[in-house]
Amino acid sequence: MAADPPQTEPARQEQRFGPRRLLRWETALVLLLVAVALVGQQTSTGFLTGTNLFYLGLDVGEIALMALPLTMIIVAGEIDLSIASILGLCSALIGYLWDAGWSLETIFPAVVVAGALAGAFNGFLVTRLGLPSLAVTIGTLALYRGLAFVILGDKAVADFPAQYTRFGTTPVPGTHIPYPIVLFAVLAVLFAVLLHATPFGRSVFAIGANQEAAFFSGIRVKRAKLVLYVLSGAVSGLAGIVYTLRFASARADNGAGLELAVVAAVLLGGVSIFGGRGTLGGVVAAVFLLGGIRNLLILNDVSNDTLNVVTGLLLIGSVVAPNSVAAVARLLRRRGTASSVPSEPARAA
Amino acid sequence: MSVTVDRPEWEAAEERSRRGSHLVEVALRIRELGILLVLGLVVAVTAAYNPRFLSAQSIRDLLLNASIIALLTVGQTLVVITRNVDLSVGSVLGLSAFMTGDLLAGHQGLPIVVALLAGIVLGAACGAVNGAVTAIGRVPSLVVTLGTLYVFRGIDFGWAGGRQINASNLPDSLLALGSGRILGVPYLVAITVVLVAVTAYVLRSYRSGRELYAIGSNPDAAVLAGIPVGRRVFAAFVLSGAVAGLAGMLWTARYGTVDATAGTGFELQVISAVVVGGVAIFGGSGSVVGAALGALLLSTIGSALVVLKVPSFWQQAIVGALLIGAIALDRWVGLRIAAALRQRSIRSGS
Amino acid sequence: MSPTALRGQRRWAAVALALTCAVALAACGGTTKEGSSGGSATTAAGQANPNAPLKQGLKIAFLPKQLNNPYFTVADNGGLEAVKEFGGQGKAVGPSEASASSQVSYINTLAQQRQDAIVISANDPNAIVPALKAASAQGVKIVTFDSDTAPEGRQIFVNQATAEDLGRSEVQLLAKQINNTGEIAILSATANATNQNTWINFMKDELSKPEYKNMKLVKVAYGNDDDQVSFQQTQGLLQAYPKLKGIISPTTVGIAAAARYLSGSSYKGKVALTGLGTPNQMRKFVQDGTVESFELWDPGKLGYLAAYAAAALASGQITGKEGETFKAGELGEKKIGKDGEVLLGPPQVFNKQNIAQFNF
Repeated sequence: MAADPPQTEPARQEQRFGPRRLLRWETALVLLLVAVALVGQQTSTGFLTGTNLFYLGLDVGEIALMALPLTMIIVAGEIDLSIASILGLCSALIGYLWDAGWSLETIFPAVVVAGALAGAFNGFLVTRLGLPSLAVTIGTLALYRGLAFVILGDKAVADFPAQYTRFGTTPVPGTHIPYPIVLFAVLAVLFAVLLHATPFGRSVFAIGANQEAAFFSGIRVKRAKLVLYVLSGAVSGLAGIVYTLRFASARADNGAGLELAVVAAVLLGGVSIFGGRGTLGGVVAAVFLLGGIRNLLILNDVSNDTLNVVTGLLLIGSVVAPNSVAAVARLLRRRGTASSVPSEPARAA
Repeated sequence: MSVTVDRPEWEAAEERSRRGSHLVEVALRIRELGILLVLGLVVAVTAAYNPRFLSAQSIRDLLLNASIIALLTVGQTLVVITRNVDLSVGSVLGLSAFMTGDLLAGHQGLPIVVALLAGIVLGAACGAVNGAVTAIGRVPSLVVTLGTLYVFRGIDFGWAGGRQINASNLPDSLLALGSGRILGVPYLVAITVVLVAVTAYVLRSYRSGRELYAIGSNPDAAVLAGIPVGRRVFAAFVLSGAVAGLAGMLWTARYGTVDATAGTGFELQVISAVVVGGVAIFGGSGSVVGAALGALLLSTIGSALVVLKVPSFWQQAIVGALLIGAIALDRWVGLRIAAALRQRSIRSGS
Repeated sequence: MSPTALRGQRRWAAVALALTCAVALAACGGTTKEGSSGGSATTAAGQANPNAPLKQGLKIAFLPKQLNNPYFTVADNGGLEAVKEFGGQGKAVGPSEASASSQVSYINTLAQQRQDAIVISANDPNAIVPALKAASAQGVKIVTFDSDTAPEGRQIFVNQATAEDLGRSEVQLLAKQINNTGEIAILSATANATNQNTWINFMKDELSKPEYKNMKLVKVAYGNDDDQVSFQQTQGLLQAYPKLKGIISPTTVGIAAAARYLSGSSYKGKVALTGLGTPNQMRKFVQDGTVESFELWDPGKLGYLAAYAAAALASGQITGKEGETFKAGELGEKKIGKDGEVLLGPPQVFNKQNIAQFNF
């Protein structure tokens, strides 16, 4: 992921707070989200009801959780494809430990630690051995899923007590808010602060934009990446708990294939796959946009095929659209320089 | 492929790289030997446990099992060498498999060559979409092909609409292609071997082939060296699509049953095989022979586990560990070569 | 260098701490397997009125394991035909891949759409139960068919054939083909598929009878209901067990893959194969002699019966209690058995003589 993209825009820090924000992809996502809500209200009476939004929230829960650390990893110019396998590994571990007679209160912290360890192993391979994260995490995608099957086999453990599974199936009393979304909201704030308002977050951007420059300006690149992978593993473990409780079923194949959905959501959120660019807000909007579209299509009895096509097109659009805008801007700028005007006004156009 | 105008810098650069490339080539050879060694080990251990693992039928089965993934690795290698990736191969395979099946089931008496060509053309068209968006739109191929993975699969589902095409609807000539043999070698294996050999030759000995490596090693330098980067990358994607289309048609021939889910999840298997086969995920090095051997190794391990009566859950874990081992080894060897090359260029005083 | 990193580190520690806190939730008193009670039974449905007419315009949704599976296409169409007969509105929706999680969002949505009944084939006996209970609480009637859930998740299970009938008859079919002698193997779907495992248990029970003392079950392999995996598992079985005489594959995907492998290999005609298959998929292999006979119920009739059961529930004719009866169109009167099960009937055996008469 170290390739230098042609579309890297200079002065991205200023842009984050400049008037150009209005033209940003994130804004487009929010508009799309509003459009989905409007279309939903027009076509189906059930869409904007509390119960439906509750289900929508439940459906995106794990994807939303895992998207948070993945955003930071991709901003740092790396990738983690093993997240869904860590989810499955942790789910299998929950089933195994529960069968072994552990209490859930011990199991939950234990699997988050296990997730963090799995993430740390990814981080170790990427930072200490210097291996490409794409290849490493394709490897651990198979490895962790395989370990999940080794631990639990093809068994399904499903006798969890209702007092816990209700966290995955019922809303917070008196509201329509699912518990996983509460958890997500708390973590989203923490991650947003971490990424956008701390030196650590800025160093993540710096690493993604130019790893060497970041290194020479004194950022501990390897340490930062390791921390990101540990975070990713821990949150994936957490997502494993949520998943297991929601379906009241611990299985080794839980969440298989979810990694691509999470990556799709993060990229749709406007995070550059080359690193150095992206916002957590955009990713959150993208997660709910995808969940909303999916929910809307199912409510209107549109088949799953259409959903696949829409997801794919949105994803391609998310990279092509900003690039076309950038290309037009470049064109304008070139004209601008020809008439000897500095590039700044041209960029604003 | 059109020949670009020669430039002196180009020649010089090529000359310089040729000197170094000898060492790299030796390393690659060793890499391929390494896979063969592991493969031999797996086969030997399994055969010691159950001699039937080496029977003619069994070896044919092993080669057959690997052939479709090995075929896909040919296209994928071309793309990966240019520092891109094609995640849509599984979906293209599925689309082509269903289309050729549907075509042959719907038009009895249609020669299978037509279906073969249709599969390849459809695949090439899908590849052209990937290539065009990547090369012209100048956007990362990982994102583009992740998108088309969903789009092509969606089209496939829409087309199939819950239908399944069965062996009894397909012409016998197609099924013969899937299960028949030429000189004792199954057709599928023969096709794969020929394609691997041709591609390996082109990549080694043709300018357009070498240029793919140049693009992957350093895209900016490749542009400066006058290589038509966009065109080459586009071509790599078209070829990858065409190969996936061909593989889809052969899939139908081999399995005789096809629905919309054919080839789901193949993308990761193919990339795993390519990486195990020693193709650098960030381009610039690797060979199709290595990648195809990687595919053979992974599928042989799967079959060996069944014969060794190891619970099949272990398979994924072993594949994952192998993958990580392979890239770690590559990294180590790569560092060694880089160090050696540096020393050499110091000595030759360039 | 260090201040930034240090502060980053501290932030990270804070996040980690927050994570742990969020997880630990209420750490009071350990909840262990032994300490917890099992799932509570639900629905004390009202009184059944056997004479109530079937309501008009009933909205009945079919939710198969996956939408693009030909077996379920036939079953859904049978069900939709029944819905048309009694003047309801039917539809078939579902995920494109057979995973439990994807079925849940469909259940939720169907409840949202105020369907009168959901007819579902469960991908996982437990994972969809919470969602089904929630739908039930909103007044939606739940009928399972083909693959059941835990009983508290549904009112009625429409069983294609008793597990006992299927398990025993498959062993009998195979025994006839191999003269009650030799090693045999089973090629199943996934290892946690409820129906497969029940059948396999009955097969084992049947095999323990004295007349099968010369037949030995050497392996249960799992093809995951995936064509390619089943194909490779068959190859592996034949290599690992050279004396193998017969294979039972109680899944339509598995038997077709196994038949295809056998017909193209040197084992054709030497290794017997039977199990559950659809006539359209197996026709070729029965005609070319790879397979002598196999069996199945008619999935179209299964869907048909499930639709009538759903309508009877939604109209208040039945509540799902043992002993209640309802009329199922051309299938006549059906009675609810133990645990809310309704039985379709004995399986149909297909062979060279009769296979041409069936088209599904």
